[in-house]
Amino acid sequence: MQVNTKADLPLTRPVALNRSFSGKVKRWTNLLFQSKTGTAGLLIVISVVFIAIFADLIVPHPPAENNLTNMLKPPAWLEGGSWEFILGTDNLGRDILSRILIGTRVSLLVGVFSVVLAGVIGLIVGIIAGFYGGWIDSVLMRFVDSFLAIPSILFILVFLAVFEPSIMVLIIVIGLTNWVTYARVVRGEVLSIKEREYVKASRSIGSKNIKIMKQHILPNILSSFIVISALSVATTIILEASLSFLGLGIQPPDVSWGAMLTDGRNYLATNWWIATFPGIAIVITVLGIIFLGDWLRDVLDPKTQVNAKGGPK
Amino acid sequence: MKIAEVEVKENYLLKIEGLKKHFALSANIFGKTTKSVKAVDEVNLYVKKGETLGIVGESGCGKSTMGNTILRLIEPTEGKIIFEGRDLLKLSPKEMQKVRRDIQMVFQDPFSSLNPRMRVFDVIAEPLRTHGISKGKELEEMIYGLLETVGLDRSQADRFPHEFSGGQRQRIGIARAIALHPKLIICDEPVSALDVSIQAQVLNLLIKLQKELQLTYIFIGHGIPAVKYISDRIAVMYMGEIVEMASKEKLFSSTKHPYTLGLINAVPVPDPTLRDARERIIIENDIPDQINVKEGCRFYSRCPFGTDKCKTEKPSLIEVEEEHFVACHYPLT
Repeated sequence: MQVNTKADLPLTRPVALNRSFSGKVKRWTNLLFQSKTGTAGLLIVISVVFIAIFADLIVPHPPAENNLTNMLKPPAWLEGGSWEFILGTDNLGRDILSRILIGTRVSLLVGVFSVVLAGVIGLIVGIIAGFYGGWIDSVLMRFVDSFLAIPSILFILVFLAVFEPSIMVLIIVIGLTNWVTYARVVRGEVLSIKEREYVKASRSIGSKNIKIMKQHILPNILSSFIVISALSVATTIILEASLSFLGLGIQPPDVSWGAMLTDGRNYLATNWWIATFPGIAIVITVLGIIFLGDWLRDVLDPKTQVNAKGGPK
Repeated sequence: MKIAEVEVKENYLLKIEGLKKHFALSANIFGKTTKSVKAVDEVNLYVKKGETLGIVGESGCGKSTMGNTILRLIEPTEGKIIFEGRDLLKLSPKEMQKVRRDIQMVFQDPFSSLNPRMRVFDVIAEPLRTHGISKGKELEEMIYGLLETVGLDRSQADRFPHEFSGGQRQRIGIARAIALHPKLIICDEPVSALDVSIQAQVLNLLIKLQKELQLTYIFIGHGIPAVKYISDRIAVMYMGEIVEMASKEKLFSSTKHPYTLGLINAVPVPDPTLRDARERIIIENDIPDQINVKEGCRFYSRCPFGTDKCKTEKPSLIEVEEEHFVACHYPLT
């Protein structure tokens, strides 16, 4: 049994290390290299972002250039392929690799920013509903329920019929349809956390509601929020793909991974590479974001220790 | 004399009169409550400056609810909470905010009373920052001082709550409670979640702080030994009511209420000769239905001495000896 004396805990750790910025960075990097999936996720995300930014400079061919003499070329390692078009060409002779590289932009922009938009709205609505409860909660949650009852694809269709599809419009429309999920999850978390004694303690001290939400509620729902956000980026990239698949997403000559899947669907049986490679790009990116999200959740939890060996607990 | 008629004396820090908290279970279409749990029903008590008033009672008797209503963490249904001559329930939010500096709480569960994502430093700094007491270097010094006062080391300020044991966490909770130099601390079962050896340390710390800082405690507990150890006076609660209140010595030497005697008898005595020698009252059955409370004495269904009068007429808390209050038609002698 432990006895509470001053000698109880060894006082080896320097006082200043943990709270200083460099101490934090050190903890983060330590935790990052402990976690293999975290490292992989970060590497993938960094490279995807890098590609999105510098796509113009690294594409081997202009992505929208038709070249009918080279149409439907297979990837380089197959018979009939050439190293000029590493991943082959599509039905109009456009280089698939170049199109994937340039398509990173749209997919990433739409994926990340619509999640940010949805997340912020959902977080605010969820915290307010959960924290205040009563009629505020009822009103907000009934609104959320009715929103959930509308098929989101219908909502998006109507929206896109009114506004010309563009990256901006896609971000907004996807953000506005997805926030309800966050609101529900966040509200549930808030309901459980606001009953903890530390919230009561803060209230008894006389803290204002805003401060309680900021200091006690928000940090404690952040980990689940980050996990659903990371998963959401993934589903959003896929949603953008399906919108493009329906012809409602990004319009030519802009390229997105989803639009490429659409282009390739007629050729799946004969020229599988047109749809397969953008699909692989989606899978890799989504996995990277999920890995990174998991790692971030661990880092934000103070209980996760920096170990000499092995990943976070 | 009924306790409600006892005047507020100079040395009373807190007097509670007719405090009620009914939790609505269902309401009719007009929003009028039709069914409710009377968690606290007619609580009357007073706390003198510098003393410790222990409150005992079994689980679910409303002790914690009562503690929470004093700080208006739960708004009572009716009653008066007179603190230093002012009724807290009539104060505006702004005035109440000032009073919060004078009344603090120590919570039951040291694992949920500290935010897991805040460092100890920030936990203890919260009340000081909220009330704008100090900041910067001065705040740091205050917090290190508080940590040392409760027996922790200043180098532990940078740790997170999960790095501490239950007893240490409770010390952190106590440091937070004394940070504002309050007059009254409501201890809501502060040791019931701790090991017995740690309980004594925390109780001794509370006693030491009481002497040093001239604190007044309301000590809520369900175990007689801890309450007996720390309290000057003890109030026994049963189903939302105080059934007996007296100084510690009187309560144990000349117990008046059968329920109190039952509680005292429930404490195991290690010595078999002493155990067999004492008068035994064993309380049987569980607490009766708290929604449909029957008229008459609340304790009637479990009381070995109940009569027809007890069944129909509810006894009120009366002073039978000096500062010995009991709510029973037939007090034990």
